[in-house]
Amino acid sequence: MPDASLEAFRSELVEWLEANCPASLRPGATSTKEDRDSWQQVYIERGYTMPTWPREYGGGGLSKDEARVLSHEMGRFANWVPVASFFGTSMLGPVLLEFGNEEQKKEHLPKIVSCEIQWCQGYSEPGAGSDLASLQTRAVRDGDKYIINGSKIWTTGANNADWIFCLTRTDPDAAKHDGISFILFDLRQPGVTISPIQLISGASEFCQVFFQDVKAEARNLVGTLNGGWTIAKRLLQHERAMLSGGTGGGGERPQAKKGPVPAPTSALAEAARAHLGEKQGQLADYPLRDRIAQNEMDALCFGLTLKRSGEQAKAGQGPGPATSMFKLYASELNKRRSEILMSVRGAAALGWSGDEFTPLDIMETRGWLRSKGNSIEGGTSEVQLNVIAKRVLGLPD
Amino acid sequence: MSLVLSEEQELIQQAASEFLKEQTPITHLREMRDSEDPVGFSKALWKEMAELGWAGIPFSEDVGGAGLGLAELGVIVEECGRTLSPYPFLSSVVLAGGAIALGGSEAQKQEILTGLCKGETLLALAFQETGRFSPWAIGTKAEKAGDGFRISGEKLFVLDGHVADHLVVAARTSGSSGEENGITLFLVDPSTQGCTVTRSSMIDSRNAARVALSDVTVTSSAVLGEVDRGAEILNAVFDRATAILSAEMVGIISEVFERTVTYLKEREQFGVRIGTFQALKHRAAEMFCEVELAQAVVLDALRALDEDRPHASRVVSAAKARCSDAASLITCEGLQMHGGIGMTDEEDIGLFLKRAKTAELSFGDAAFHRDRFARLTGF
Ligand SMILES: Cc1cc2nc3c(=O)[nH]c(=O)nc-3n(C[C@H](O)[C@H](O)[C@H](O)COP(=O)(O)OP(=O)(O)OC[C@H]3O[C@@H](n4cnc5c(N)ncnc54)[C@H](O)[C@@H]3O)c2cc1C
Ligand SMILES: Cc1cc2nc3c(=O)[nH]c(=O)nc-3n(C[C@H](O)[C@H](O)[C@H](O)COP(=O)(O)OP(=O)(O)OC[C@H]3O[C@@H](n4cnc5c(N)ncnc54)[C@H](O)[C@@H]3O)c2cc1C
Repeated sequence: MPDASLEAFRSELVEWLEANCPASLRPGATSTKEDRDSWQQVYIERGYTMPTWPREYGGGGLSKDEARVLSHEMGRFANWVPVASFFGTSMLGPVLLEFGNEEQKKEHLPKIVSCEIQWCQGYSEPGAGSDLASLQTRAVRDGDKYIINGSKIWTTGANNADWIFCLTRTDPDAAKHDGISFILFDLRQPGVTISPIQLISGASEFCQVFFQDVKAEARNLVGTLNGGWTIAKRLLQHERAMLSGGTGGGGERPQAKKGPVPAPTSALAEAARAHLGEKQGQLADYPLRDRIAQNEMDALCFGLTLKRSGEQAKAGQGPGPATSMFKLYASELNKRRSEILMSVRGAAALGWSGDEFTPLDIMETRGWLRSKGNSIEGGTSEVQLNVIAKRVLGLPD
Repeated sequence: MSLVLSEEQELIQQAASEFLKEQTPITHLREMRDSEDPVGFSKALWKEMAELGWAGIPFSEDVGGAGLGLAELGVIVEECGRTLSPYPFLSSVVLAGGAIALGGSEAQKQEILTGLCKGETLLALAFQETGRFSPWAIGTKAEKAGDGFRISGEKLFVLDGHVADHLVVAARTSGSSGEENGITLFLVDPSTQGCTVTRSSMIDSRNAARVALSDVTVTSSAVLGEVDRGAEILNAVFDRATAILSAEMVGIISEVFERTVTYLKEREQFGVRIGTFQALKHRAAEMFCEVELAQAVVLDALRALDEDRPHASRVVSAAKARCSDAASLITCEGLQMHGGIGMTDEEDIGLFLKRAKTAELSFGDAAFHRDRFARLTGF
């Protein structure tokens, strides 16, 4: 059902893309840094890094349908799409839109859209991981500021971040969920020490962050004093939705009726074919072929489940507890996939460095190690199971 | 098409749910089983269902059908899964009825489908000859004899074959067992001389007959579709049956899952409700994911067939594999979590376990469909 206003939007958009998207960014061309920078600039001015956010906060002010058209046309038009960092766009942004006051929205959202400020997430502490609400980092009011002391751990990207959204304890005498506040502050100030932690995959995207008499402007307390837990939980729902590949899309693309439809393929099977070869037109290793088919099917079913839940949620409410299911399933699926890739590649999967291994080999090996974090970050799989049991199934405590 | 039910489908679902819960709750299957009812279901109730339009859902209006799709039939069959209603949707409507709708001449359609839509005519498809689903392993021979054919061979697991007014029989007119080419479909009146139908019942208390054909002669007007090209019809019929059976499995697993969660909330041991034990909670949460995934893929498979989407078969295989695995997991876990009471005949959970196993092993189990999925994806 082509909707007339949507089609009008599409043709306007295409016109704009024709006029503005540099030639070096079109499919098949090789982009230059200058073109990327200037393209990003124009793109940001239109608010297109966050197309559905309201215009007054720097977003594109598009409806969901228009945003879909944008993403579709961009996919056709450009080989590079500017994106803002996900901590700002997928986690803090939605929460500010829901819980922030006008001043906070005006101050922070445009800088997320423009990629001007990089954010990081100050949730976990050495003594508070799964049991997040037992956090101890203190924030004490002093005039128009909060003074913050304590430490956060596993803070992804803290070493490259400008600001942090941080859970702090503002009432140590209250019950553990009732004394927490959600505060934003600048990480680039005296008293903040950031020390990177190396991961088993060799990368160092993690940090432990120490706060010694660090200052936050009181106006950067989001929501109510001691009411931070509600915001914290909502943000986790957004995080889970993001980690599981979004709340919509997925599944098989709707197919146009006419014209040949390309045969379905499987990247996993392609990799396996290269390593294992074929027997009578089928992957030579039968048990692995079976595991690959299972994984591909699971991915198909999962994509369809996301699509279905997206359609059910079209009514417009934010993500709910079922996002725990998506987070759980996406993590476990990706881990299984990585395990299969390791089996497929055999000894080639064991390289850490050196010429004997291709850069792709090494990247995949490290990717396998990194995938182990999927079922830990954003809440462990066990914690997701607890959430489903309690909030979705209503099983007793 | 979207993966949420349309308004019309929701109305069908509501009507089906109310009718089946009222008329054929699980006690209905028990009565049929315990009284060794010669039919295995109530013909009067089937007629009522037909009057509601259900038997004719996927057939065109000129034979008295509703001209709807598998998506709509799936909604009803899913409800049948919830109540274990033993009605011949699969045997008469999807399998044999589907073969006639897809391959039959106008005369054959008028003659047979009109009665089917009215709930007056029952049908069965006789194809299988081996235990495991192996669709082209057909040895039954049909040889030219005068103006017609002479058919000999034996068919197993013919669903509702014992009450069928017409059989659709797959026999080999050329080639040898295992080959896809050379199969022809025939309409056979089970009272024809040489045709013996022996009823047996399966663990799920439903009917599967053995059909012996010994020099059964039919005229050439009994051929359904083209000689030697029956597999083309059967391929489409099997896809449809597999998707519909998957819809029934979604009903089964949803029902078992809900009953189990309820039990976890009620049953007390060690002074607390067993649903407080994390060992059970986590398994219940995992089952929840399985149910959700099964629902989504089955909806898509039914729609893919209705839309005649390219590569629809691939989604059908994903659906059947997913449902087979999920049904096995959920019925076994459901039974386990019911403890000793789950082992009793009195508790319904065991009936679901039996029906789920029958469905799991019919039209290809999970391994069969993973293999098929891999082939259809090119590896
Ligand atoms: C790659 C990665 C990125 C991350 N990024 C960030 C970030 O940017 N910011 C941030 O704040 N945090 C981040 N984290 C931290 C993450 O949120 C925590 O690691 C996670 O919440 C688990 O806490 P923990 O490591 O303290 O484990 P623990 O809570 O000590 O858990 C140890 C084990 O016990 C299990 N367990 C704990 N409680 C229960 C229970 N009630 N029932 C059953 N099992 C239980 C867990 O599932 C786990 O298997 C990141 C983690 C990873 C791996
Ligand atoms: C074939 C058969 C033969 C039997 N023969 C005999 C016999 O000869 N004599 C006799 O006395 N009994 C016999 N029993 C009974 C048997 O011992 C009980 O069925 C068994 O102890 C389980 O108790 P329940 O059925 O009350 O299940 P419940 O205790 O109600 O358990 C229900 C579910 O909750 C789970 N559960 C319960 N507590 C916990 C927990 N703390 N943590 C995690 N999960 C939990 C159980 O594992 C089960 O899955 C027999 C049972 C069967 C099935």
